[in-house]
Formats: sequence, structure tokens, C-alpha cells
Amino acid sequence: MRDLYHRFGPGLATVFLSLVLVWLAAMVLAPNLMMIDYALRPNLPPAQQGGPLDVRSLDNVLYLANEGVHRAIFFKTVWASALVAGLTLIVCYPIAFWMAQRATPGQLSIALMLVIIPFFINEVLRTLAWFILLAYRGPLNAVLLNLGVIDAPIRWQGDGGVLAGMVYAYILFMLLPIYNAIESLDKSQIEAARDLGASTVRTHRRIVIPHAKAGIATGCVFTFMLAAGSYVAPALLGSPGSRWFTEIIYNWFFEGGDWNRGAAYALTLLVLCLAVVLVTLRLFRVNLTDVAK
Amino acid sequence: MSHSVELDGIGMTFGTTRAVSDVSFTVQAGEFFSILGPSGCGKTTILRMIAGFLEPTEGRVLIGGRDMRGLGPNQRPTAMIFQSLALFPLMPVWENIAFGLEARGMGRTDRRRRADDLLRLIALEGYGDRMPGELSGGQRQRVAIARALAVEPGVLLLDEPLSALDLKLRQHMRAELRDLQKRTGVTFIYITHDQSEALAMSDRVAVMSNGLLQQTATPRALYDNPATPFVARFVGETNAIGGRISAIGDGMARVDTAMGPLHGRADRHLAIGQGATLYVRPEALVPGAGRNVLSAQVERVDFEGAFAMVHGRFANGAALAAAVPSTRLAEAPAPGSRASFSFAPEHAVVLADA
Amino acid sequence: MTAADRIFRGLFVLYLLVFVVYLFAPLAVMAAAAFNESRFPTVIPWQGTTLDWFSAMWADAAMWRSLWTSAIVAVLVVLVALPVGTAAALVLTTLHARARSFAYAVMVSPLLTPGVVIGISTLILWRQVGVSGGIALIVVAQTTFIICYVMLMVMARLQRFDRTQEEAALGLGASRLMVFRRILLPFLRPALLASGGLAILQSVENYNTTLFVRGFETPLTVFIATKVRTGLTPAVNALALVVIAATVIGAIAWEIARRRHVTKAPQS
Repeated sequence: MRDLYHRFGPGLATVFLSLVLVWLAAMVLAPNLMMIDYALRPNLPPAQQGGPLDVRSLDNVLYLANEGVHRAIFFKTVWASALVAGLTLIVCYPIAFWMAQRATPGQLSIALMLVIIPFFINEVLRTLAWFILLAYRGPLNAVLLNLGVIDAPIRWQGDGGVLAGMVYAYILFMLLPIYNAIESLDKSQIEAARDLGASTVRTHRRIVIPHAKAGIATGCVFTFMLAAGSYVAPALLGSPGSRWFTEIIYNWFFEGGDWNRGAAYALTLLVLCLAVVLVTLRLFRVNLTDVAK
Repeated sequence: MSHSVELDGIGMTFGTTRAVSDVSFTVQAGEFFSILGPSGCGKTTILRMIAGFLEPTEGRVLIGGRDMRGLGPNQRPTAMIFQSLALFPLMPVWENIAFGLEARGMGRTDRRRRADDLLRLIALEGYGDRMPGELSGGQRQRVAIARALAVEPGVLLLDEPLSALDLKLRQHMRAELRDLQKRTGVTFIYITHDQSEALAMSDRVAVMSNGLLQQTATPRALYDNPATPFVARFVGETNAIGGRISAIGDGMARVDTAMGPLHGRADRHLAIGQGATLYVRPEALVPGAGRNVLSAQVERVDFEGAFAMVHGRFANGAALAAAVPSTRLAEAPAPGSRASFSFAPEHAVVLADA
Repeated sequence: MTAADRIFRGLFVLYLLVFVVYLFAPLAVMAAAAFNESRFPTVIPWQGTTLDWFSAMWADAAMWRSLWTSAIVAVLVVLVALPVGTAAALVLTTLHARARSFAYAVMVSPLLTPGVVIGISTLILWRQVGVSGGIALIVVAQTTFIICYVMLMVMARLQRFDRTQEEAALGLGASRLMVFRRILLPFLRPALLASGGLAILQSVENYNTTLFVRGFETPLTVFIATKVRTGLTPAVNALALVVIAATVIGAIAWEIARRRHVTKAPQS
């Protein structure tokens, strides 16, 4: 703090400090505290707010725990998000390895451009593209029918569609951290392992993956978080039978009209995501500073 | 308008490390003053205290007789040239030079004219619209000097500005700096760890070691009459022969050493029986016998152009270096032989051991 | 090279091809469908090539309103996020080690918060003071996390800043304000431009957060998502194609400008 004033003088330093404090207090801290407060209070008509019934309790969170359908959707969202992270990892790892260790500089710059361009494009548009591709009378079914792979069109929308769209949407968040991690691995280490007779699988398991551990953890954490908090993909690619936890939250706010319960659900989602992030980072001994790049 | 600079018992403590202790000296207005010392001796700290980047924890800095306490670097009549030069890479050369004038609110056309004048002074006319990155090392050096001179500082502070240049350019820039100082009459305070730089350019030199001021003197006095063992060893090459004082008188002292009694000047306070060292420069040693004789086993003779350096070893294992002028190369002893050297007592200095 | 290696390599090349198809097939299908006469956007069967969907899109007043809404929001987001993000980066870099890592964790926390939660908590807070969803709240909610991106990009650039430049300027008599305006700010310019571009992109493309604080406003993403549910025609594909073309051209122009800048001034 003293360094700030010493470096920029009292005027500028005060301006900087105020901007940051307003941001942290009014935009980061206060909204979350208010959300926690909301989550703990019952949903009452305005006349009764502040009255004898307006006491803090865990009722809203317990409601989630006891309401079977919501609880099932919550857990489904958790494991499906983990599945998204796992699938994205499997899809991305070979590409990342190739880009980091095998590609020539020319191939690399083309590859980087090819993976980055789709991600300059709106997430809603990307999901829309999948919506069109997977439509009941859409191109995918038409191609498969023409090839004779299937006899009748498949209804892709639902869990399968959501999974496909999400893996697609988060490729870059997985690819780049892993690429960065593998890139720093000395090529001679892989050659040494091969030279000592290690198989491809063994080389990866013993040399490459341990080295890229931090990148893999970072990619998985981000993908999981983005998937769990996503609304577009489930809303567009899902079916009534494949509802996502964020859709339940949305309904409490704009259809069920119970913001308090919605706040409790949102809080649960936030705690889940933060817990997953922190535990994974601790487990893989990754520093927060290395994550946000 | 050039200013005098007076340091009055200044000290600086960073946390628990003492970087500078109780340093006092006065730099006259218009003087070329160097602070010489090995890296980490506190010389840069002193410069930064004069510039105002650091506030001394003890003592005062006076510039032109005014106490500078509480004044920031932008309020002092000083300008600094950094070791890295710190040219502003995103501004063309002329804006770099005129930056200080911009800070003083001078209009754009006047600034440009002034920058062009200075570019002429440093022989870079027509370079005003180049970017610093397009200049050579020596040119960047000159731009940094012009930028500092543009604000007409009372004192110019230079923090080893030549250290990044190659030898040839460095020697050229030395002469140029010296010449510039004489022409502008600005007080220069120059930091360096290169003694030949300090000796060649300065009116006076302050030698520092471990945050302490060792000696302030003209280059000649520093070389001929070092005040402390550190100065004797750090400035120039020397032969140091330890012993004990056995006689004092008439500004001379006799030291009993392993090589026998030796005589040298003794300007500083000494006492009989005290441990002392006699310092004699290689060029003061003359082959052959005389009053003060040193004999050694010659190990090798390095021909260095103007002279040949004879490296030998005394019976007790200590090293000897003697410079024989090229004109008298025939008198130089052959490697492997035993040789004697003598020196005149007034060419040697006796200092008490610390 | 053994036979096994050769098979492995062949399989990998095949995988690369499938991957590229996976990346671009959806986009290609979506783009192509904009030219198909079919009422529902698809490419099979191809019922004839037409540009009608582009004119339908052009004539859609609601589309223009949503585009306008998104543009206003994006501009406001940039105006708020750039100064605050820069300030955050500067404050963070002057902090000492321990305070710094704590402050860092707090300041990147919006990036680790699901977008819907940011939207919800903003909505709840501002309802307390009587502000309901609308452009103002969209801007507030979006800047909450977009500031983090600006901060990270400015910090990355700050790491390469030579502080002696600031000292040199001070030593030449410049005020702190002038040092900031003439030395630090020009140095940060590339990072500020880049983060400004990123902020616009993030703002325009945001859906999860915006959805909760939009009130009665319909920004572009909400407009498109609503269309998908209420009556998707290839006019939306036409819009998508235009947006994609604009982003890709923008990104390429950006990259070219950046490379030209790099070759021109290798120093900075």
C-alpha cells in the first residue's frame, strides 16, 4: 500500500485504490454476501418481510436435499460435468501432445489458428450449430440414413446432444493448458524413454502425463466449472428429460418466483465449483497464479 | 548554474542491512567528482540519495547549500543518467531529450528547437525523429546525456553509464564526457567500479568500501598517497609487504619484514612496534641493488607493450610484481633466475594494519 | 520405423482429420444452411440456393434492436473494465508477497465463479436498492468478471516494464501524473487494446450471466437463443454467418496489425 502511494503519488494511488475497492466491495463481495443472506431466508410476501417469520435457517438448502427430482438433477449435473471434463481431456490430449512435441513450426501455427478460430465465435452460435446438426430432420441423421448406418432418424437431443455440444464448447480451455505444459517438456526425455525401450503408452504414462499434470488439472477444473455452470447447451441441446441444474435455478427465479430458494440453489452450485477447483488444485499442487493465464 | 553538493554524515539502513554509514564529503560546483568502489560498496545508494530516490536514514544532503530533505527527485536540481540509460523506447529521440522541458511546461515548438540544439551538441543532428531502438550503443549513450542536460541541471549524476559499451567506445566516451563537463561547467558526480575510468576523468575521487568512505582525494594523491590499506590495494597494482615498525622519524618509517628492514613514507600516525604494511608500486621497483632491496625468484615475464611485468615470488611465498619499461627491457631478469629489485623510500608508503 | 509405428501414425493422422471435421463441420453446416431455401435450417435436402434469408434478417427490426443493445453494453463494459482492470493490476503489482497472493485470489475469484451465479448475485443485490434487470445491470454483472481478464493481461505486460524508466522521468522533473500518462500508459497501450478487444468479445458473446440480469432487454445472444426455441429459420443462420465473418475478419485484422507492430518496434 505504501509502495502504491510512493510510486504513483497520492492522487493517482487514491484513484486506483478506490476503483479496485469499489469493484471488490460492490461487485464481488456484496452480491455474494447478499446471495447468502437470501439463501438463508424464507420466501415471504413483502408485508411479512422483517416480521416474526423472517428468520434465517437452512430450510432452502434442505429443500434441495429432500426434493428428489432436484437432488437427482444436481448429482446428474455433477457427474455429467465430470464426464464432459473427462471426454474433453481424452479428445484433446493427443492433439495437445502432437502440437507440443511433434508438429513443425508451420504445422503448429496452422493448428493453433484452427483450434482458436471456432472459439472466437459466440458460445450461443456454436451451440446453435450443434442444434442444427443434431436436429431430428437435420444433416447428421440424413447422412447416417443415406449411408444406411441407421434405419430411422435418432433423437439426438437430450443427454447425448448436451455432452457433444459441451465437449465441443470447452475444447480450447482444455487444449491450451495441456499444450503449454507438454511444450515445456524436453524432447530428449521422450527420446530417452523410447531409447530405453519404453512403449508409447508407457512413455506417456511415466514421462509425459506426470510432466503435464498441472496443465491437465487446470484444463479439467475449468472445463468442469464451465460445464456445471452452463445454461446454453442444456437449454438448446437438451430435452425435458435431460434438465441441467442451472435450468432449475433459472426456473426458481423466472417461473417459480422463489428467489430465496433460487439463491440457495445458486449458492450450492458456487460452493460445489469452488470446492472442486480448490481440492483439485491442492491435490495436483497447482498454484492459483499458474491457473489464470 | 552548477551547484555544490554536500553530504553531511549520511547513512542508509535497509531493514537490518547497513548500506552506507556516516559518509561526509563536499563536491565543489563545477567539479568532476567520482565515487569509486567495488560493487555493493554503497556508491549507488549514495547517488540515489543525492537524486532523491532514497531518503537517507541519517544525515543531510545539501545541494547548492539547500537541505534537500523531503524533496522528491522531481523537485531537485539534479538529473541522473542510469546504468541502463532508461531511454523511453516509445518516444522518438527528440521527445526523449525534451521530456524534462515538457515536464516544465515548455511549448512544443520551443521544445523541438531546444532538442535540435542539444542534438547538435552531441553530434547527432538529424536523428531527432528516430526511435531509441534504432540507434547504436554510443548514440543512445549520447542521447541519454543530452536528455539529462536539457533540463540544465545544477548537478548531473551518472550511474556507471559506460559499463555496457565495448572498450574502444568506452575510452572514446570518457574523453567526450570529460570534454562535455568542461564545456557545460555542470557538476558531475560519477559512479564507477572501474578505477582507470575514475582516475582518468575526475578532478577528485571518493573511494568507498563496505558502506564506508575510505578516502577523498585527487586521482594523483589517491595513487601516490593512499590513506587506508583498502585504497592502497584497490587503486592500481601494488606490492604489499607486512612487518612491524622499528623506527619513525622525519616523515619516514622503517618496517622490519621477512625481507629485512624496508623504508617508506609515513604521513599517517604510526607507533613503534605496531604491525604495519609497506606498499610499493610495481613501477617503483628498479632491477638491481640499492637501499631498499627485495629479492625474489622470477616466475615469468609478461611483455605488455609499454613495459614488461616481472612476476616473482619471495622466499616466504608472497607474490612480487615489478614493471620494467620497454626501453630498458635488457635489464629485466630472466624467468627462473633470482633477481633483486630496489626502490626509493619516497616511492613507498607505510600504513598501519587495520 | 516398425509396422506398429506406421499403423499408429496412420491412426493418428486419421484422428487429426476427424478432429478438424469435428471442429468445423457444425460451423460449416450452420453457414451453408443460411443459403438453403428450406424453412428449417439444414443442408440435406438442399431445396435450392437463395439469399432471401439474408434480406429477411436485414429486415428484422427486433434483430437490429438486440444488436444495438449488445453494442451499447459492450461499449459501457469496456469503459468500466479497462480503468478498473488496469488499476487492479497496478495495485496488485505494488503489493508485497503475502498480501499479494491473498489479493490475487480474491481478484481472480470471479473467473472461478459460474456465470449464472454472478448474474444471480448481482440481480439480488441491486433489487435491494430498487434497481431491476436492464442495461445497467447487464453492464455491472459483465464487468464483474471481465475486469479480471483486463487485469491479467495488463499484469502480464507490466512484468516486462523497466521501472527505471519511471525513475528517469521523475528525475527529469516530471510529476507522478505525467510519468503515468507519458511513460506507463503508452507502454501498456498494446495490452489495453488487446484487453479492450477481448472485453468486447466477452461482453457480446456472454449469455449465462446476461440471462439473469437482462430484465426486458434482449441482447444478441438472448435474441438468438430465443429464436431457436420460438421459431428457428435460416435467417438466424444468416445472422450467425455475418457475426462469424465479422469476428474472424476482426481477429485476422487484429493479428496482422499486431505482427506489423512487432516488426516495426522490436524494442517494445
